[in-house]
Amino acid sequence: MTLRYPDEPLDDLPTPPVTFTDGDGRSIHIEQATEEDIEALVEMYLEFDSEDRAQGIPPSGEGPIRKWLDIVTEDKSLNVIAWDGDEAVGHAMLVEDDDESYELAIFVIQSHQNGGIGTELLRTVLGEGQSQGITRVWLSVERWNKPAIAVYEKLGFERMDDTSFEIQMTVRLGHD
Amino acid sequence: MQLIVGVDGSDFGLRALEESIERAQELGGDVTVALYSDGQQSLDEIESLVSQELSAFDVDVTVIRLEEEPGSQLVDIAEQDGYDRIVLPGGRRSPLGKINLSNTIEFVLLNSQTTVTLVR
Repeated sequence: MTLRYPDEPLDDLPTPPVTFTDGDGRSIHIEQATEEDIEALVEMYLEFDSEDRAQGIPPSGEGPIRKWLDIVTEDKSLNVIAWDGDEAVGHAMLVEDDDESYELAIFVIQSHQNGGIGTELLRTVLGEGQSQGITRVWLSVERWNKPAIAVYEKLGFERMDDTSFEIQMTVRLGHD
Repeated sequence: MQLIVGVDGSDFGLRALEESIERAQELGGDVTVALYSDGQQSLDEIESLVSQELSAFDVDVTVIRLEEEPGSQLVDIAEQDGYDRIVLPGGRRSPLGKINLSNTIEFVLLNSQTTVTLVR
């Protein structure tokens, strides 16, 4: 995707593992995902509320969920999970595009929303991406999803294209 | 049933083409294939994908190329030539699977007086 990116990279991003207390007093642990975590992600997405789906993902039903997780966890992708005990409650991913930029998506299950997990998960996945040398990250978000857009802007994402149903936003993690 | 199917180079575009031909064969009627680019492939690339796809069917279709403003051309042609339905690809998937609708699809959805079907 041909998009413009901000000139200056983000700084002060954490890398996993990160432990913090969310707005409801729960201790949340953020770690990079491994192959063994797939089952926990399947569980998380089986419980996922369909009103929080975005542009067709996550898909519904176990088969489509597994197929989709295969795509987003392939070799060059980067996946980070937020854990509440042994339950996966949030998942952020960076998936490589064909021009060496990365697409970002994040999901937090409904029972754990509005407590700061999304922001912390985003900062951590971007920090890990930065430490692995990723320089350009983009995302698309539905135009009416104002709360999500506000979170992305606060983190430093800039709107680059809002001529369609979806807004494209970009952030820079390093110089090319 | 007179169908005009807009085909970009996406996977959903080829599915839209297949479904339109199958529907026309079932119900009787003609299919016009309108090629357009959403910026990711050239019209020539899309045309060769489409002719490959068409060779699998024993069917006569008209193929036209929409160079400029494909959305408004599709809407105009469908109305002026009395098509029953516009069939379009249901978007394009991003690397991590999100569906995005192109400006062309959005334009047709908002401006068409003719019924529109999106194919996934």
